[in-house]
Amino acid sequence: MEQSNICVSIRHVSKSYKKHHVLQNINLDIFEGEIFGLLGPSGAGKTTLVKQLTGLDTPTSGESYVFQKKMPSLQLINSIGYMAQSDALYEDLSAKENLQFFSSLYGLKGEQQTRRIAEVMELVQLTDALNKLVSNYSGGMKRRLSLAIALLHEPKILILDEPTVGIDPVLRKSIWEAFYELKQNGTTIIVTTHVMDEADKCDRLGLIRDGQLIAVGTPDELKEATNSSTIEEAFLVYGGAKK
Amino acid sequence: MRVFALTIRILRQIVRDKRTMGLLIVAPILVLTMLHLVFNGEEYTPKIGFVDVPDTIVDQMDVDGAAITKYSDEKSAQADLGEQIIDGYVYFENNAPAIVLEGSDPSVAGATMKWLQQPMLSGQENSNAPTLKIDYLHGSSEMGMFDYFGPVLLGFFVFFFVFLIAGVSFLRERTTGTLERLLASPLRKWEIVMGYVLGFGIFTMIQSTIIAAYAIYVLGMMMDGAFGYVLLITLLLALTALTLGILLSSFANNELQMMQFIPIIVIPQIFFSGLFNLETISEWLSWIGPFTPLYYAADALRDIMVRGYGWSAIYMDILALVGFSLLFIAINILALRKYRKI
Repeated sequence: MEQSNICVSIRHVSKSYKKHHVLQNINLDIFEGEIFGLLGPSGAGKTTLVKQLTGLDTPTSGESYVFQKKMPSLQLINSIGYMAQSDALYEDLSAKENLQFFSSLYGLKGEQQTRRIAEVMELVQLTDALNKLVSNYSGGMKRRLSLAIALLHEPKILILDEPTVGIDPVLRKSIWEAFYELKQNGTTIIVTTHVMDEADKCDRLGLIRDGQLIAVGTPDELKEATNSSTIEEAFLVYGGAKK
Repeated sequence: MRVFALTIRILRQIVRDKRTMGLLIVAPILVLTMLHLVFNGEEYTPKIGFVDVPDTIVDQMDVDGAAITKYSDEKSAQADLGEQIIDGYVYFENNAPAIVLEGSDPSVAGATMKWLQQPMLSGQENSNAPTLKIDYLHGSSEMGMFDYFGPVLLGFFVFFFVFLIAGVSFLRERTTGTLERLLASPLRKWEIVMGYVLGFGIFTMIQSTIIAAYAIYVLGMMMDGAFGYVLLITLLLALTALTLGILLSSFANNELQMMQFIPIIVIPQIFFSGLFNLETISEWLSWIGPFTPLYYAADALRDIMVRGYGWSAIYMDILALVGFSLLFIAINILALRKYRKI
């Protein structure tokens, strides 16, 4: 792939809670405009790693840089869109009220706010459910609304923690199409997943296991290097080789 | 502005939850009404038995305000006393009157004693004794327990409900992950706390206006001072309840654990709020009073409503309440550092 500017750079990041090492000496560069997938089983440290980039967590040692600025930084928060693993939504409000609230936090107002709300809801195909209360949403709808909220302020970097959990294959496909569209517009997307078939759709992958980054490369590179036909097999080889 | 976005959202959530909104306004009104009926009911009429009291004495006595039963022997009076048909009886031993009380309920025993100790024989001495003229610096002879308890209870209800509702809603913000989501946005930590203060502040203004107006104008709770001062004090008290509720919610993992703060944090404040005479509280405990917000609010509310005082009497209480709020706000902002360092 064509080399562009590094937009996220993780340097020697370790994180431990008391004696438990969640992340161990992670080094990783992510380039502008790519879809980078973090693949690993649950509990591997994916969420902890992406939280370093949202400013919600700080490493025990090491640093992470976003656009050459050290995180956490309040200035950078505006250029990052974050979708957490749990749907952080106000269930007693309607989807529209949720969107209005979050967009005002990012300084969107008036006509611009209305336009963006319509755009993101169109993208996640929830336009018809705009005025519904979130408590009446299904799990998949909530997931998509969370994604819509993360997209509201047109962030340069989109960090998505397990975005397609509980979403049916048809919708998952349309969501990935939305990701490609965003990528075309220059958005960098960092996505965590434990679904192997989703990993193939990423430009590059980072395999993470027990807090360690065991391999980084394009899906094809990883398969070639391990002489395997699927990412799952490649993961097994990397995981096994460590032992 | 971001703070207002948060304020609007909180108000929307309160309005959407009709049942909780109803609880915040209807519950205090209901309880105050019941207290009004309980405390302003009729005075207790003691039921007294006379054992073998000569009719000539009974005829001379002023027996108003008591139900008299005559007994010919002490045994039957004792039996009725045991079954609580009478509260006490009078008999004569060596020509001197003696009294036996049932005694299991202090308030009944008190009422019985009070009646028995008034001059028993009408016309005796009374004619030439000068009538005692009584003037009240505050209150009046008509002032009842309800008027004295009222201001404290008014403050207590505001504190109790705001503490609980604000604590629970911040707890939910934390457990549903929306707090983390807020901190992943450009919202500053102080803006989160101020958004809560404003949102619940506006609602509390409406809530306390309704409750105070109901207590004063419908139930006729004594009100000598300015209504505006009452609102100011309840609002400030609500702010301390709000900020304390938010603070303590970070030590609770669910709604039930939030409820557990009621007997620890909320109820004990009643004891130091002046509902019971502060001077009679054991010295081991009385030092706690000045550390509880309700202590200052109750003092100020009583100064305004019962004593009709104004600014000069309540400004120290106002300072204390503002101090509590600022302290809790500062700790809250620091506590949010746990989620985001900047």
